[in-house]
Amino acid sequence: MSILDLSPEHRALAETVRSFAREEVAPVIGKLYEAEQFPYELVAKMADMGLFGLPFPEEYGGMGGDYFALLLAIEELARVDSSLAITLEAAVSLGAMPILRYGTEEQKREWLPVLTSGAGLGAFGLTEASSGSDAGNISTTAVVDGDEWVINGGKVFITNAGTEITKLVTVACRTGTQPDGRPEISSIIVPSGTPGFSVAPKYSKVGWNCSDTRELVFDSVRVPLANLLGQRGRGYAQFLNTLDEGRVAIAALAVGLSQGCVDECVQYSRDREAFGRPIGDFQAIAFKIADMETSTHLSRLATYDAGLRLTRGESIKHTAAMAKLYATESAVTNAREATQIFGGYGFMNEYPVARFWRDSKVLEIGEGTSEVQRMIIARQLGVGG
Amino acid sequence: MKIAVCVKQVPDTWAEKKLSDSDKTLDRESVDGVMNELDEYAVEEALLIKEANDGEVVAVSMGPDKAEETVRKALQMGADSGIHIVDDSLAGSDSVATAKTLAATLKDQGYDLIIFGSESTDARMSVVPAMVAELLDLPQLTFASKVSVDGDAVTIQRQADYGYDEVQASTPAVISVVEKINEPRYPSFKGIMAAKKKPLESVAAPSGEPVGLASARTEILEFAERPPKAAGVKIEDDGTGGVKVADFLAEQKLI
Ligand SMILES: Cc1cc2nc3c(=O)[nH]c(=O)nc-3n(C[C@H](O)[C@H](O)[C@H](O)COP(=O)(O)OP(=O)(O)OC[C@H]3O[C@@H](n4cnc5c(N)ncnc54)[C@H](O)[C@@H]3O)c2cc1C
Repeated sequence: MSILDLSPEHRALAETVRSFAREEVAPVIGKLYEAEQFPYELVAKMADMGLFGLPFPEEYGGMGGDYFALLLAIEELARVDSSLAITLEAAVSLGAMPILRYGTEEQKREWLPVLTSGAGLGAFGLTEASSGSDAGNISTTAVVDGDEWVINGGKVFITNAGTEITKLVTVACRTGTQPDGRPEISSIIVPSGTPGFSVAPKYSKVGWNCSDTRELVFDSVRVPLANLLGQRGRGYAQFLNTLDEGRVAIAALAVGLSQGCVDECVQYSRDREAFGRPIGDFQAIAFKIADMETSTHLSRLATYDAGLRLTRGESIKHTAAMAKLYATESAVTNAREATQIFGGYGFMNEYPVARFWRDSKVLEIGEGTSEVQRMIIARQLGVGG
Repeated sequence: MKIAVCVKQVPDTWAEKKLSDSDKTLDRESVDGVMNELDEYAVEEALLIKEANDGEVVAVSMGPDKAEETVRKALQMGADSGIHIVDDSLAGSDSVATAKTLAATLKDQGYDLIIFGSESTDARMSVVPAMVAELLDLPQLTFASKVSVDGDAVTIQRQADYGYDEVQASTPAVISVVEKINEPRYPSFKGIMAAKKKPLESVAAPSGEPVGLASARTEILEFAERPPKAAGVKIEDDGTGGVKVADFLAEQKLI
């Protein structure tokens, strides 16, 4: 019995998403990527397949699946394209999941159905211009005025925040100072279109070109007190939990990207000839592919292990950090080697491996950098301060 | 309205296919099986008709043990129940034996419509739907690019080079569909979970008909690998490039 032996239903889901990715995504993604367009039609098809509702109960419009199902869908998408995979990851894991975990019954009924159906996207705004890894040190503020929160400040690099179908951003705000002098942080739901909440034009990015990433500005934005998500002052603990889960999802994305590199390279090294034979006959190329296959396998083992623990409700801080660290660093190596195997063609945007290469780097940065993962892992061992 | 949709498991179109050396039939064990692509359109059409008219959809497949996956896929897409005809004696059956087996299974079960994809990606004969219609003495509405049902009248557009013919019959009838007809849905996870609880019956080959490789009326004598693609013709444009391209196309009878 291996952790890789999926249940028949999980396997069927993975196969379905795999077919979708190669039949519907692969033929069109190159052009969309070059044009840096958000893939509305593909996202709508993913919504029809129920992908945005995978880990949510049916009573909130979900598919009644689990987080593991989400991981498989992200992995299979990323095998072909990372922008769609991160759109799904951010919408579900960062956008909708905190509402399920921390929302009141009323908030769940109000917001989850539109998010789980995929008709609308949710976003999660934590990072600020001067606090990323040091997320406890944010400076966006929210103060109570009558029966409203008034929010001032800004966020940077927020995924899914500015699409035509974005419904809300959950914003981490400083709502006071704790007795020990540290900031009190709370999460507040800000619906898109709220006066004073503006979304800057898209960034020009190195990769993830079809994913929507925005800078947000909050200028005396007023939302009802009832938009507070979870308890006041619990925001910090909430987003640490959200990020633990998100890291497993990013690890799954990295596994998919690594697998995509293997898929592409196996084929190419058989077809491409140099010096009168397929380049795959050269041990220098074959060994690169063997290494890629090995690190993909190990990344998948670590990711599925963390995913299984997550669905069982076990603490995953340590395993999620290791899965994210190993899988994302492997993905960067694999994408670099895949580009190498493709030679000059690997540097041309029309080849999937070129996209993989451009898309891979951010995996070592988003939802906690590799350095932050190492800090978490070391701290669990009681070293590193 | 009771609709049967016939689905076949074929080797994954993305995989390399091999014929086995011993009996010269397709080696189905060594590659992943998937639902024949055109059968996905057939399932989709059956589901659309059901959704518009009420009724039930029964997915039927003849094939080895593994073919149960394909019946299951139809259930995941939304079919209500499945029948898997599985029998060692069926191995190597040709299209006539396949049609006889399907016809015997479908006969007298009260189906108003029996829907097929118009060909399978492995054998590509396009004859099974017509044969089943003939064996069951039902009208055949083949190569449909559009189906409309109005009471017991079924009308299709039959795809042709010059456009389409409109063909009508009354139910019960046999339909085969072409790929233009619709866009098959991907099963949702809810559909996948629901399919677990749907009835899927395994039945043996109906007795009395000679089936299997020994009774096949066709025999593969020899097979060879497809030769590698030959280099194309390169036309340098020295001012007459357009004429040369046109001449080339005319030579190939493409224009
Ligand atoms: C495409 C994209 C999408 C994103 N989407 C979102 C989103 O949806 N929501 C959101 O809130 N954020 C999002 N982010 C932000 C992302 O999470 C941050 O960029 C990330 O956490 C790093 O923060 P930073 O950029 O401020 O880097 P910094 O924290 O400034 O780090 C700079 C460098 O210093 C290192 N470093 C920092 N502290 C330490 C330390 N104590 N010890 C050792 N090294 C350290 C870091 O590892 C890094 O190498 C996104 C980012 C990108 C690029």
